[in-house]
Amino acid sequence: MNLASWVIYTVLTVLGGVLAGGLLTGIDRKLTARLQNRVGPPLLQPFYDVVKLWNKDRIVVNPMQLLYAHTYLFFTAASLVLLVLGRDLLMILFVSAFASVALVLGGYSVDSPYSQIASQREMIQLAAAEPVLILAVVGAFLTTGDFTVSAIAGHPTPLLFSLPLVFLSLLLAVGIKLRKSPFDLSTVPHHAHQEVVRGVLTEFSGPYLALIEVGQWLELVFFLFFAGLFWATDLRLAVGLGLFTFFLELVVDNISARYTWSWLLKTAWVGGIGLAAVNIAWLYL
Amino acid sequence: MNLVSLARRRSPWIVHYNGSSCNGCAIEFFAALTPVYDLERFGVVNMGNPKHADIMVLTGGANYRSARVIRNLYHQIPDPKAVVAVGVCAGSSGIFHDCYYMLGGADQVIPVDVYVPGCAARPEAIIEGILLAADLTAGSDAGGKRHLKR
Repeated sequence: MNLASWVIYTVLTVLGGVLAGGLLTGIDRKLTARLQNRVGPPLLQPFYDVVKLWNKDRIVVNPMQLLYAHTYLFFTAASLVLLVLGRDLLMILFVSAFASVALVLGGYSVDSPYSQIASQREMIQLAAAEPVLILAVVGAFLTTGDFTVSAIAGHPTPLLFSLPLVFLSLLLAVGIKLRKSPFDLSTVPHHAHQEVVRGVLTEFSGPYLALIEVGQWLELVFFLFFAGLFWATDLRLAVGLGLFTFFLELVVDNISARYTWSWLLKTAWVGGIGLAAVNIAWLYL
Repeated sequence: MNLVSLARRRSPWIVHYNGSSCNGCAIEFFAALTPVYDLERFGVVNMGNPKHADIMVLTGGANYRSARVIRNLYHQIPDPKAVVAVGVCAGSSGIFHDCYYMLGGADQVIPVDVYVPGCAARPEAIIEGILLAADLTAGSDAGGKRHLKR
């Protein structure tokens, strides 16, 4: 590919990701409201929120906050673009982990005890989800013999057939990464209930909160794409698997209460790593 | 109406503070957030964090202790912002009027934009007050500047 098509792919991916992520977040809020017997906000509510935030007064606690808000958005966008361009899956995972680290550092950069506690929790979430995600990539490598997304997507049989337990553990890890209940320890993106005020987002405000909000949409699309990769032989089924993941996380979000951090670690390390390890051992037999 | 004022009107986020009251209006405010009244259908979310809020909902009057907190919360809200005083206590300190510890209504401490009457104020009235305040913040950039002038 030449430079021009790279630029076009990148711009299209980011624009499409923002649109899809915003709409999915709107659907999430509407369905959540309906599940709670409410009317709920309009479908375009997330876009209204971001436009409003973007036009609010710029207040920063310290200059480092600016850096971390932009870094978070940049790395979530970069991980999605790399995924769409079909690059190395391990590399993509590390790039997306950088985004979470930017959020952690943004929380640590201010004096607010709420941010500080939430940053520690975000690190625990990282420690819980990342090993499971890496095992999913290892499983994909053992099945297809390649780490690149384009090769994994081009594999003749769906990954789901050889890695069913890995997919289950991936569902768990996606819930942790998207901070859905019962794994919403570090921040609650858009619900009436609060956890350590707004968690790592407490001290971000106005346009910088809007950047993080958009980053969270891209993160949502990224992980749904990741889940869809497990049935990449057919585009419709891949999209279906991504949407299935989305609705499953939504329902679980609405029917479960919040875990403590120790429960989170136990679930992710025993359940998540356990399931993935059993599946990978079975591949070897 | 341009996109920015539309977005401001459709997405008023709230920080609520109970200054010095019997808690009746605070309970009515939370009733407005429940599925029965469902404030979120107007895009309203109770943020509990002044830095994310657009609208400050005050229940109860201001006393010597709570004045500092009210002022602090108000100054942490980024412009454009609006203040809704819910109930007669927030309006003019109501039944606590002339008590030795009272400063008076919320407007003795910060500028108030919308007064919602009632003891306790009805959830319907609170919803209308919050939406009026949202319209105020939407009025181009005047909402923010008006506060700066005061």
